[in-house]
Amino acid sequence: MSIETNEVRKIAQLARLELTDDEVTSLSADMSNILAYIAQLNELDTTGVPPLEHAAEAGETMRDDTPRPSLERERGLSVAPKVENGCFAVPKIIE
Amino acid sequence: MEPYTWTLHEARAKLDAGDISAVELTASLLYRIEQVEPQVLAYNCVAPELVEAQAEAADHLIHDGKAGPLTGLGIALKDNMITQDLPTTCSARLLEGFVSPTDGTIAAKLKEAGSVVMGKTNMDEFAMGSSTENSATEATRNPWDLNRAPGGSSGGSAAAVAADLCLAALGSDTGGSIRQPASLCGVVGMKPTYGRVSRYGLVAFASSLDQIGPLTKDVEDAALLLNAVSGNDPLDSTSSKREAPDFMDGLKDGVAGMRIGVPKEYFIDGTDPAVLTAVQSAIQQMTKLGAEIVEISLPHTPYAVSTYYLIATAEASSNLARFDGVRYGNRVDNGGDLLAMYMATREAGFGPEVKRRIMLGTYALSAGYYDAYYKKAQQVRSLIAQDLTEAFEQVDVLLTPTSPTGAFKLGERTADPLKMYLSDIYTISANLAGVPAISQPCGLDGNGVPIGLQFIGRSFDEASVLKAAWAFENATDFHTARPAL
Repeated sequence: MSIETNEVRKIAQLARLELTDDEVTSLSADMSNILAYIAQLNELDTTGVPPLEHAAEAGETMRDDTPRPSLERERGLSVAPKVENGCFAVPKIIE
Repeated sequence: MEPYTWTLHEARAKLDAGDISAVELTASLLYRIEQVEPQVLAYNCVAPELVEAQAEAADHLIHDGKAGPLTGLGIALKDNMITQDLPTTCSARLLEGFVSPTDGTIAAKLKEAGSVVMGKTNMDEFAMGSSTENSATEATRNPWDLNRAPGGSSGGSAAAVAADLCLAALGSDTGGSIRQPASLCGVVGMKPTYGRVSRYGLVAFASSLDQIGPLTKDVEDAALLLNAVSGNDPLDSTSSKREAPDFMDGLKDGVAGMRIGVPKEYFIDGTDPAVLTAVQSAIQQMTKLGAEIVEISLPHTPYAVSTYYLIATAEASSNLARFDGVRYGNRVDNGGDLLAMYMATREAGFGPEVKRRIMLGTYALSAGYYDAYYKKAQQVRSLIAQDLTEAFEQVDVLLTPTSPTGAFKLGERTADPLKMYLSDIYTISANLAGVPAISQPCGLDGNGVPIGLQFIGRSFDEASVLKAAWAFENATDFHTARPAL
């Protein structure tokens, strides 16, 4: 399994990572190596094996939909990089 | 002996007897930190004034007869557990200087218990690594040999316990991140059953695998600290509704008649002969103590690392999407639009290993590859968990090495990510299956650094794991060996 640099750039776009050219080159090599190792899973016939998504006990995780206090606005905003008018502020999204 | 060398239970007895105050005990730890921390670099942050204030408050509780098991005891937290009073950085540039507006459940429980939080410990960035070298600050050193790595990702917590920079610590374990550094630093480290301890306030790496647990100087301390942090939490829907038992119950009952499985796949080529010898001696010791040794097979073990690196990276790529420079963390705004801000923030804020894992996970989840990678890995995860379920029909616990080698030199494995991943070969299955496991010291290797012994148990049967570990510890003196610092 070989991951070419153009594919690395495509995945980086999906992952919202800018990546320098050097990073693209080394990730291409690293990901190819790791995926070549991981290909060993294909030795196993998993036809009909149910996927295990987590190891939590199956149980009741639903709760009543009752209002309860949550983090106050000021405290939530206190750690934000940029705030305007009591909201998180971000650069322009569309022209 | 200096107070900073005490275990939790020794310190508890001295505090309760009035032989020492929490302020004096804490002063001893702060003195030790002043002397040794500059060499070990276990902490990202220690705030002496806060430490002293907590100790004074603890002395009031003790004076008023309101002391609990952890009141006045100095405990360190891995820097991925959020705290209102101290920064939480996950050893990441992106979170440098971040102070959470709330406490997580662990911090809240320790506060309620009146314990003294000594500081936040160094780690691999976002808990991704096995050496603590992936920290955005500096790598923590192994107290046994300052040229070697402490393991990871909870390397700061393990080194802090080994170097007596706290009485005990908490870490998190996604694929071995408590047990492997415990093994490499010669301390006790336990990953409880998935769901036993609330993850609310633990910065998520791989949510189906992450679990918080204790790093301590002996097995009794592991039981004590586990008692303090276990139990259901309405703020974590994956925390189990089972009532947590008192882990001190039956701890010292011995292992006569206990059935201990030794899986042949855990004694393979590539494991240091010194590790194999030490673990073979441990098997003999357990036999002498009256346990019955049963050879078993966990045939899917060779696939555990591959399975883990698909599932953990897939979950990480999704969990780390939240670090986008909007609500918290350090934004890099290059004057472009929102997308450009996201990309610049993440490019500058994440280190190479975190990027590598986000990329691998994004790839495994992307259109056209989901079934071939992610779903396939979940199916193999089923097979690995099934191996363990079948084993636990025959035996009460499993005995294995924790890590194939002792502590490796700093820089020795950083060039080859895959080689680093293979450090976790013996610890990963317990995370994939969600079962409890402990590592404890069982000898020294040819380089004079510790070797770890692992016991793995059934889901929610931490009691048997602790009982086996306590019996081994009680019959040996490996846990009393200390690094010369």
